[in-house]
Amino acid sequence: MSNFREDGPGYPVTEASRVDKVSPISRRLRSLRAITVMVIAIIMLIPVFVMAITAFKSRSVIVSHPPTIFFKPSLEGFVFLFTDRAVVSKARQPEFKAAAETGELGLVERIALESGQEVTGPSDYVNRLKNSLIIAGLSTIFSVVLGLFAAYAFSRFDVLGKDDLLFFILSTRMLPAVVVTIPLFLMFRQLGLNDTHLGMILLYTVFNLSLAVWLLKGFIDEIPVEYEEAALVDGYSRIQTFFKIVLPQTMTGIAATTVFCLIFAWNEYAFALMLTSDNARTAPPSIATMLGRGGIEWSAIAAGSLGFLIPVVIVTFALRNYLLRGVTFGAVRK
Amino acid sequence: MSINEAQVSTVDQEMKKQPRRRQLSDRSIVNLFIWPALLLLIAMNVFPLFYSLYLGFTDYSAIARQQPVWVGFQNFSRILNDEQLWKYFATTGRFALLSVGLQTLVGFGLAMLVNEKFKGSGLLTTLILIPMMISPVVVGLFWKLMYNPTFGFFNYLIGFTNPSTAPDWLASRFAGTPVPGMALWAVVIVDVWMWSPFVMLLVLSGLKAIPDYLYEAAAIDRASAWFQFWRITLPQVTPLLLIAVLFRTIEAFKAFDLIMGMTGGGPGDQTELISVNLYRQAFLGQWRTGRASALAYIILIIIIAISNLYIRYLNQMKGES
Repeated sequence: MSNFREDGPGYPVTEASRVDKVSPISRRLRSLRAITVMVIAIIMLIPVFVMAITAFKSRSVIVSHPPTIFFKPSLEGFVFLFTDRAVVSKARQPEFKAAAETGELGLVERIALESGQEVTGPSDYVNRLKNSLIIAGLSTIFSVVLGLFAAYAFSRFDVLGKDDLLFFILSTRMLPAVVVTIPLFLMFRQLGLNDTHLGMILLYTVFNLSLAVWLLKGFIDEIPVEYEEAALVDGYSRIQTFFKIVLPQTMTGIAATTVFCLIFAWNEYAFALMLTSDNARTAPPSIATMLGRGGIEWSAIAAGSLGFLIPVVIVTFALRNYLLRGVTFGAVRK
Repeated sequence: MSINEAQVSTVDQEMKKQPRRRQLSDRSIVNLFIWPALLLLIAMNVFPLFYSLYLGFTDYSAIARQQPVWVGFQNFSRILNDEQLWKYFATTGRFALLSVGLQTLVGFGLAMLVNEKFKGSGLLTTLILIPMMISPVVVGLFWKLMYNPTFGFFNYLIGFTNPSTAPDWLASRFAGTPVPGMALWAVVIVDVWMWSPFVMLLVLSGLKAIPDYLYEAAAIDRASAWFQFWRITLPQVTPLLLIAVLFRTIEAFKAFDLIMGMTGGGPGDQTELISVNLYRQAFLGQWRTGRASALAYIILIIIIAISNLYIRYLNQMKGES
């Protein structure tokens, strides 16, 4: 500690200066450690990287042996994902080729033509994606709003049997999807909610509600009660305190919770598989069923997967400080 | 603090404008705030659970035009005497044990590695966390491509370049000869890849909370690194490590998406975990709703037992801190 200065160090301290960590050996160990972590991170990201590049491979490149890393990028996967196509008969091929050369065909049609197909319309996947957006978006709003009110009440008031209620709320998330789905399926059928957006929104709201309550309660717990007490003394009503004091202070927490709910609803597969068939089916189960038509359309699957990968990467970076809370339901905070 | 002043002044104006309104009592606010959430949970979770308990005692099939007939404990006794189902339970147990065990080891190792800061450690840690956020079914589909014996990357990366002598992981074949259990290992590898970061994240938070002075004191006493690990690091991290293990065990018993994306239970029934089989019984083939409900309850009891441990442990931790 000889380099201790009255005005503190002249540069930001980023490395530990523990007495046992300054010897040359531990310095060398540290760089060795850094290299090891980098290698591990690269190895762990290989599948993600492969997923990303496969989305830009054409079908022939994907099934080539050995697998390639360098190739001519193609948007075939995306075209296959978003359009329905029909095979162009041999007789009509020259006609299409001529149209392509004169520039009458758009980019999408030209890419489809490369594998001898013409575009007949948008695919089901477009609708499924729209369903995913609607269901994930609305259910997230509902669960965050409901969760926020409940979390505030749990955080600030003595509720009868508070701990039991909170654990009841948490336990609903621990249930396996398949177990709840059987009775829900029958219930929804009775109410005419099977395969409807409303049914799925309700279901996903409940699915995310426990997460929202627990996470938001953690965030609200961290706001000092004194702010509210001061406001109450100044004549605010409880409701006013909630909206004018607590709400602005919880904004970060609300944002983090919203993103978590969104990504979980966006990724959800089991409920959607069992409770929807066509009208309200979301994207995850329909990516899986793309296996069915005429062999495995890997390029389309990879392109669809990219739609799940990109939001995840963004979310992981945006929420890196809250990930721990998010994945443990706010139980572990630091 | 201009914001506060602004708020105070608006309050003053409001109070002058209107005579004091009748305010909601705290009790009614609590009810107003909590009950919408609770009612929704009761309607969508508690009621279905009771309903399915009732169905478990009937021979109902959701596609038959027949009212449920009460059959008593018949479903339960048949399930418990069904060797096939015991096998699926065993597979699930093996999957849970292998994947949670490996995740704990790998995750702990990773956390020890990234615990000390170096240039770019924050970025690398975040990158490592990406797999656990991806949709499991997409991960499953994708690894199916990775494992493909002819054009998948996995075999190439581990050194098999000739497809005819390479393992076909998802078909449980090695160079043409069947190797039972290989497909399950393939699923375990993916699960470990996906969820080790979760264990890492929890252990890391435990490691960060260990005060530096413990190590400094140990270093001054010339304690070996090994001794420091056993006597300081491990005991301090254990609570969070256990939480991670319990959490992962619960999830392993629920595993569904990943299997559906990757193998669908195959080859044969080598990766048929209990939740996959439950889905098959309830929603495919004969739609044996009654029997499936009974099976669901048995799974539920197992998971509740594990969850209880988890929740009790959490409570204990909160009591200590």
